Amino acid sequence: MRRKVLTSTLGILTFLVTASGGYAGGTAVIKGSVKLSSAAPAAAKIKMSADPVCQQQHTGAVSSEEVVVNPNGTLRHVFVYVKDGVQPGAYPAPKEAVVLDQGGCLYTPHVFGVQVGQPLSIQNSDSTLHNVNAQPKVNKKFNIAQPVKGMKTVKIFDKPEMAIPFKCNVHPWMAAFGHAVEHPFFGVTDENGSFALKGLPAGTYTLEAWHEKFGAKSQSVTVADGESKEIAFTF
Amino acid sequence: MGFFPESASSFGGEIDRLFWAIFWITGFFFLLVQAGLLFFVLKYRSRAGRKASYVHGHTGLEVIWTVVPALILLVLTIASQKVWSEIRSPRRMPKDALHVEVLAEQFAWNIRYPGPDQRMETPDDITTINELHLPVNRPALVSLKSKDVIHSFFVADFRVKQDAVPGLTTQVWFTPTKLGQYEIRCAELCGLGHYRMRGQVTVQPRRDFEAWLVETKANE
Amino acid sequence: MSRNKIFSTDHKTIGIQFLVSSLIFMGLGGLLAMLMRWQLGWPGSALPWMERMAPQGMPGGIMLPEYYNMLFTMHGSIMIFFGVIPLLVGAFGNYLIPLKIGAPDMAFPRLNMLSFWLLPVSAATVLTGFLAEGGAAAAGWTAYPPLSGTQATMGAGQTFWAAGVIVLGFSSILGAINYIATIVNHRAPGMTFHRMPISIWALFTTAILTLLATPVLAAAMILLLLDRAVGTSFFLPAGMIVDGSALAHAGGQPLLWQHLFWFYSHPAVYIMILPAMGFVSDILPTFARKPLFGYKAIAYAAVAIGAVGFLVWAHHMFQSGMNPALGTSFMIATMVVAVPTGVKVFSWLGTLWRGDIRLATPMLHALGFISMFVIGGLTGIFLGSTPVNMYLHDTYFVVGHLHYVLFGGSLFGAFAGITFWYPKMFGRQMNDRLGRIHFWLTFVFFNSVMFPMFALGMSGMPRRIYDYTQYPALAHLTDINRLMSIAAFCLAASQILFAFNFLWSLAKGKPAGQNPWQATTLEWTTSSPPPHGNFAQTPVVHRGPYEYSVPGAARDWTPQTEEPPRGQG
Repeated sequence: MRRKVLTSTLGILTFLVTASGGYAGGTAVIKGSVKLSSAAPAAAKIKMSADPVCQQQHTGAVSSEEVVVNPNGTLRHVFVYVKDGVQPGAYPAPKEAVVLDQGGCLYTPHVFGVQVGQPLSIQNSDSTLHNVNAQPKVNKKFNIAQPVKGMKTVKIFDKPEMAIPFKCNVHPWMAAFGHAVEHPFFGVTDENGSFALKGLPAGTYTLEAWHEKFGAKSQSVTVADGESKEIAFTF
Repeated sequence: MGFFPESASSFGGEIDRLFWAIFWITGFFFLLVQAGLLFFVLKYRSRAGRKASYVHGHTGLEVIWTVVPALILLVLTIASQKVWSEIRSPRRMPKDALHVEVLAEQFAWNIRYPGPDQRMETPDDITTINELHLPVNRPALVSLKSKDVIHSFFVADFRVKQDAVPGLTTQVWFTPTKLGQYEIRCAELCGLGHYRMRGQVTVQPRRDFEAWLVETKANE
Repeated sequence: MSRNKIFSTDHKTIGIQFLVSSLIFMGLGGLLAMLMRWQLGWPGSALPWMERMAPQGMPGGIMLPEYYNMLFTMHGSIMIFFGVIPLLVGAFGNYLIPLKIGAPDMAFPRLNMLSFWLLPVSAATVLTGFLAEGGAAAAGWTAYPPLSGTQATMGAGQTFWAAGVIVLGFSSILGAINYIATIVNHRAPGMTFHRMPISIWALFTTAILTLLATPVLAAAMILLLLDRAVGTSFFLPAGMIVDGSALAHAGGQPLLWQHLFWFYSHPAVYIMILPAMGFVSDILPTFARKPLFGYKAIAYAAVAIGAVGFLVWAHHMFQSGMNPALGTSFMIATMVVAVPTGVKVFSWLGTLWRGDIRLATPMLHALGFISMFVIGGLTGIFLGSTPVNMYLHDTYFVVGHLHYVLFGGSLFGAFAGITFWYPKMFGRQMNDRLGRIHFWLTFVFFNSVMFPMFALGMSGMPRRIYDYTQYPALAHLTDINRLMSIAAFCLAASQILFAFNFLWSLAKGKPAGQNPWQATTLEWTTSSPPPHGNFAQTPVVHRGPYEYSVPGAARDWTPQTEEPPRGQG
């Protein structure tokens, strides 16, 4: 449990770093939350017993991260980003890497964004083999093994692409989705179901929210300089 | 000589006995040839005044060393065939066996029990990943399939190995005779995670096994 | 070196070209094995300096599993396709056949040159895989589909591999046609089949095996390439799901590949061992100063091994899902092969019996060959027994077995051949003392690496395993693996002696003269090295190849060309 808190904090930090990377852009903020209107489906249990190394790291049962409904009825792991309205090429990729960690035989973060050209550092924190099998359709596929704890591999996506599946063939339940975006205006809903896109220039944008199971929804938002606008998505 | 893991299945002992029979027979010929080489090289090492014999062969000897090994090999072949038909002849497939399906994929074993209705691919199936539980002293019939590439289901303690081939269903049967936990290893190269395609077999008393099935179903 | 020397049609030059290139490839294949031994001895430990050599495969010096898979795939492929076969068949076949049958050259010299030059082309193609996206082929030298058969399961390196092996197949076929034509048509007067040295019988049988089996391999490779590149489904069944996506193949059968592959590759084992048996059969009489015991039995045993060798291929497939009843017939054929093999071994022992044995380097290697090959052969009986095979198949027992056949057998045979015919090839003797030290080091370290493999196999350690310590029940094998690795490094280091001796003796070796071993066959009746055209005049053969210690003769060797005394013959 402690690990989970730790890793999710790490995830939020990563998100904050990437989303507010100090660009000379604007000062507008779009934030909000994502709700699930239908009843939450029962989460499937993960069969961690398949690998004793994985099981040892969890005291209780671990559920699938596919659909995670927060206590307040919001939906976690929704990727929200500006789909249209940002001038392409205006935002150079940050040098600092987005970290994708494999710990306790789960990916953290489960859903993440990375800017095109920004390094993605994939690391293994388990004493068991993970292979990182990324199956993008536009970018180059890769499938590399990390047999030893502490191994890191840095990869860069050089074209924008949504929903790049990551999986580990040794632990079939492990799944993550990465999104390569051309600008820094993206975020993932947290344990309160909320997201925030900061530093936008004034303008009208199309925002899209993407969920691995429920698909994508979009809406148009107009913000002025310094304005902070709250919006909501509902699946 | 204690390299073999202790046999934990019904025919493990027979395979081991056959192994050791071949071991002693080939061991005899091994020693014969090595000793012969050494002895001849020492005894007939060139010395002043020695002259080699002008001999081109000896029909009697040649017949003996053709026929005797042939007879020994015949016996070994017959003995092997006897065990082979016992473990592999479809007619010997046990009727009352516990049926388990193992679907191999890169790099995991998907295990499926038919559940109370005794039929696979129905909602009451019980499924696990990498964890095969078997009741002791009851024949188990394992149907092997593969999603992607060839894998091989290898449980050293049972002396069982059978490839799982995509497009085919292969079957292997055996009776676990010893309680305990054993490793399932993949014995056919299947990609980068081949070395780590590990499952475990747990052989339990029948009642524990039944309880495990119920518990596993409840946890799904 | 002039253009004529490089693109030569002289069989001796081509033979030496084959010799040198195959030795270089073997060195390369050996280095790959050392990297594997590093990983097996010290799983997951970093070799930081290797990061520069293989940044993708060994980041931070830690070997990745996929790189390990490439290593054993390329080790096997290089050793078999570019090492042992070109060495035993290419080098010695080309060099020895015309000289030993009294011919001025091969029947088709230009074809012969082409056969050699396809070798570097093939090797370059296969090795290019290391530069390909995703690295070199990593499906094992046996390349079983579906793993090797789709772009989704294996990268472009596999395509290079298959293409390269096809090219090599052409090289082998061209060589085989040439050998058969030369042996059938170009024997010197008096050189009847029953007066041919056993090495020629062996190379003749080998050429027939090559000619019959290689086209099947080439066909299988072409089908594999089509599956990979064009989307056919020769080896790919319906319903395959790789990484969650269904493949659009249907109707293929993975076992078809195994049948086609082993239909070539089992005879290939005999292609790799029969010539070595032939060299040993030439060398033993020379150094025991005694006729070969059971000449005809040995000659026919070679033919019998070759013939039965075509009926045993599926003994590699007992646990493959093939009908178990087929397993029975292939077990019987496999056991049958052991009989002529035994005949050869006993005949060699008979040759030593009451001889006048001189332990020069070639003889040591020949004796080492017998000693080691026997282990390789006998362990084959374990694997031939279908039930025992169920346990031992795809374990280190098989790895031990095949190395006793292909290193203990083929390679000691090759060392015997090289040290024996070196003076003929280069006109100078290799240093015998250095040669004997090299033999003993190789012999001791070879056994220290390979013999424990049988124990590993009996413990249930699968082959092609990057890190066996991931199986707790195998983790106790670390110590023994570490010792094997140390022995392997010593084995590799010992080969430096051989390389040094080979190169040093080219310039500084004792001049050999025409017949340094006082041997009887035709190659020793001409100068060392022989001139273009080999013989000043066509030799005439009057007797068998192994007439040593003939009673009443002045010397203890009677060349094949020596005319019988008047009134006899």
